Amino acid sequence: MRRVAVVGIGMTKIGISDKSQIEMFSEAAMEAINNSAIGPKDIQALFMGNYLGDFEEGQMNMAPMCASELGMTYDVPSVRVEGACASGSVGIREAYIWVASGFCDIVLAGGTERASAMGTSLATRTFAMGSDSRYESFCGATFPGVFAMIARLYSAKYGIPMEKLKEKMAMVAVKNHKNGVKNPLAQFQKEITVDTVLNSFMVADPLQLFDCCPFSDGAAAIVLASEEVAKRLTDKPVYIMGVGQGSAGPLYRQRDITRIRAREAAAAQAYKMAGLSPEDIDVCELHDCFTIAEILAYEGLGFFDFGKGIQALENGETEITGRIAVNPSGGLKAKGHPIGATGAAQAYEIVKQLRGECGGRQVQGAKFGMTDTLGGDLATSVNIIYGV
Amino acid sequence: MAYLFNHRHFYEGLKEGKLLGLVCKSCGKYTVPAKICCAECGSTEIEAVQLSGKGKIKTYTVIRVAPEGFTPPYILAMVELEEGPWLMGNVEGCGTELSDAELIEKNVILGHKVHPPAVYSAGEVVSIAFFLE
Ligand SMILES: [Zn+2]
Repeated sequence: MRRVAVVGIGMTKIGISDKSQIEMFSEAAMEAINNSAIGPKDIQALFMGNYLGDFEEGQMNMAPMCASELGMTYDVPSVRVEGACASGSVGIREAYIWVASGFCDIVLAGGTERASAMGTSLATRTFAMGSDSRYESFCGATFPGVFAMIARLYSAKYGIPMEKLKEKMAMVAVKNHKNGVKNPLAQFQKEITVDTVLNSFMVADPLQLFDCCPFSDGAAAIVLASEEVAKRLTDKPVYIMGVGQGSAGPLYRQRDITRIRAREAAAAQAYKMAGLSPEDIDVCELHDCFTIAEILAYEGLGFFDFGKGIQALENGETEITGRIAVNPSGGLKAKGHPIGATGAAQAYEIVKQLRGECGGRQVQGAKFGMTDTLGGDLATSVNIIYGV
Repeated sequence: MAYLFNHRHFYEGLKEGKLLGLVCKSCGKYTVPAKICCAECGSTEIEAVQLSGKGKIKTYTVIRVAPEGFTPPYILAMVELEEGPWLMGNVEGCGTELSDAELIEKNVILGHKVHPPAVYSAGEVVSIAFFLE
């Protein structure tokens, strides 16, 4: 295995778009290609994350169309990867392996999604297709419902009164909205308060509207190259230090869902490969699809002990200026959650942070950064550690 | 190798009030719904078994924003069965205006709901439901 570096990144504004998924991806990818000082014809493979493009636009087999749209050559294999909300990160990990193995020198990865085209009712139905359709979906399970059940189990397991837990969960949303204000590509660039969260309508008890990330459109892309090629292209390559991916079955098989075992396994792989431990990470973009999800990630990634995640919020340890900056981009909550693109959007932020290009939301002196992306009912989990 | 029980057998069992699963000859643990192998140890030395259908609610929520085809509000719960496995299902026969944690550790007994064939359902689906004991 040889070293792999990021040589270019690109991302659209996240929000509501009237562009097609192919157009959004092409904008992000061409930005990443130009950012790499290469041309489309230098790319040797494409891995593109997408979850629901078929339901959103009636569009299947988008990867080769994106390759064509970008002016890539006929001999480039292009692949759609689907791991629900983790699709984009699954694609980056695949691209990493292709370059690390020596099979390719330059590979494009990323993702695209246009969830807003569906409307809330169809979006809620299709998002829930990540659940087990034989035994769970037809109970009317939803993603907010799953994380609501996690929040209630967390409260019972650790003896934290729900009123207190809800206040701490709201602090996750407040922090991430505060960070989003400083991100010109974020869907929401507006501060909120704990009361904004606690006064919003109930989606699935105890989760309220502002505990949930939005439906989003957007795309992001990243160009990976071998170390040798990267050194020719850029003065400041950001290296991929470690990758991990884990898998788990339906929720009824996972049982105690306050512990996301696929994430714990993925993170362990990534830390081991990088030769790093949680204390070494300066900045992390993690999967805050719901406020409780950020607290679970603090614990599952080893930043804080199990059952102690809410103390990190009390002490401000995950603010941009804290011990470990979490979701300086605004996270899924404020930056937005363009499903298939989310993992690549997280990578975009981490690479910019490590290059020192984040302006008002820059984490000073960041040397090691991590992405954490969760797909389906805690079923697909990907962690990638970047470093300079 | 073929399934001892697949999802269609499981659905037919639910309609007759039976919770069908597997018991493992290697580790003695239960698997429900059935898989191709034991959910605990992966052994294929398994045999069919009917479980009690009794358990306790470990966690739940009231769904207030529902997917297309479902009418809110309704209760979604995860139940730990007497025999060990967990199942997700709706809690039926009680209201949705609950005080916090009201249903945690409540005893329940298995029921079911029949969903006629619909778009993206691959035929009739029988879903798991629970009633408070
Ligand atoms: Zn066994």
